Amino acid sequence: MYDSGKIITGLIIFILLFTSPVWYNLSSNNSLVKPNPVLPTKENQKQCIESTAFMRSNHMELLNDWRYEVVRNGQRTYVSGAGKHYNMSLTNTCLNCHSDRTQFCDQCHNYVGISAYCWDCHNEPQKQESSL
Amino acid sequence: MKSGRRKFLKVAGLTAFGFASDKLLGNKALAAVKLLEPGEINKELETAGVIKGERLVMIVDLRKCVSEKGCTKCIDACNHEHNIPDFGETKDEIKWIWKEPYENAFVDQENFYMTEKYESKNVPVFCNNCDNPPCVNVCPTQATWKREDGIVMMDWHRCIGCRYCMAACPYGSRSFNWRDPRPFVKEINSEFPTRTKGVVEKCMFCEERLAKGQQPACVEVCPEKALVFGNLNDSKSEVRKLLKENFSIRRKPGLGTSPEIYYLV
Repeated sequence: MYDSGKIITGLIIFILLFTSPVWYNLSSNNSLVKPNPVLPTKENQKQCIESTAFMRSNHMELLNDWRYEVVRNGQRTYVSGAGKHYNMSLTNTCLNCHSDRTQFCDQCHNYVGISAYCWDCHNEPQKQESSL
Repeated sequence: MKSGRRKFLKVAGLTAFGFASDKLLGNKALAAVKLLEPGEINKELETAGVIKGERLVMIVDLRKCVSEKGCTKCIDACNHEHNIPDFGETKDEIKWIWKEPYENAFVDQENFYMTEKYESKNVPVFCNNCDNPPCVNVCPTQATWKREDGIVMMDWHRCIGCRYCMAACPYGSRSFNWRDPRPFVKEINSEFPTRTKGVVEKCMFCEERLAKGQQPACVEVCPEKALVFGNLNDSKSEVRKLLKENFSIRRKPGLGTSPEIYYLV
């Protein structure tokens, strides 16, 4: 092979440049921080409306269903798998327990690169406290 | 003489037909008059199940309203309830309830030598939550639609900000968020969302309060009890009684939108 030295060096440089985002992320500490959502600690807030596994994998669909039912069908009561009744409201039900967005929602959303626009309109509890 | 007999038979036949039809139509006309007695049609429709469910309407008693004295209680209550921003200028203004001079609110009701009281009257105006809402017809995403009970709803999740509804609304009842409103809301009511830049908003008869069994915020707060809200399909409701006993007008009824806000003058 002619000019094998130049070609192989060029290829190595190309591969390094092409994969540079991976090396950059591995070298910076932030990306290695695993998401650590802080769960509510109060005794009466230990039980979420559904099981943890369900909420972990389906919360986005659940919230989407709630939004549809409340806004479009005027249906505001959610009956959980355990038969309990809840008011379908992000602000007034979910955030009652999960009151700190940065410690809960953002933990995983940032890790997987999701920017949910819920907060453009829905109020966060602590923001309300500071403004009052 | 043959033609004479023919003619006679024709005339006799026509006369007989005339008498018969007159009698028939006469009875029908009588029946129609009977049906049209006040309240009779509504009663018939109710018993037949044509009128059912809810038809939510608002009545504004302009004889009681003291807006010309500077009362803005209904507007203030609404602004607080729904996190309505105050940009400090009218160009980007968000309005759910606002005051309009009488001649602007009722453009087709302007007469010469009007009752002086009404010449300077500021009329509180709202989204009319029309029975035949033009905004709903033009919305390309169904972000605005008419509920069974008559409330013309807004789904801010779906609104793409095309402003067709604003062009279609003959009352100017819809406002567009040209800017992020949140920094301009004086005191955020945490129970109600703020809006985001790029969506249209309007009065929805406080549907979030109705769901909790409360009256709209403006109705509750009015010191003169000039605002009455209720179900027009309920024959015992106060709104029905008020409309029955008082003369009422609506804004631009000739457009066929059938506004659901009635003004007593």
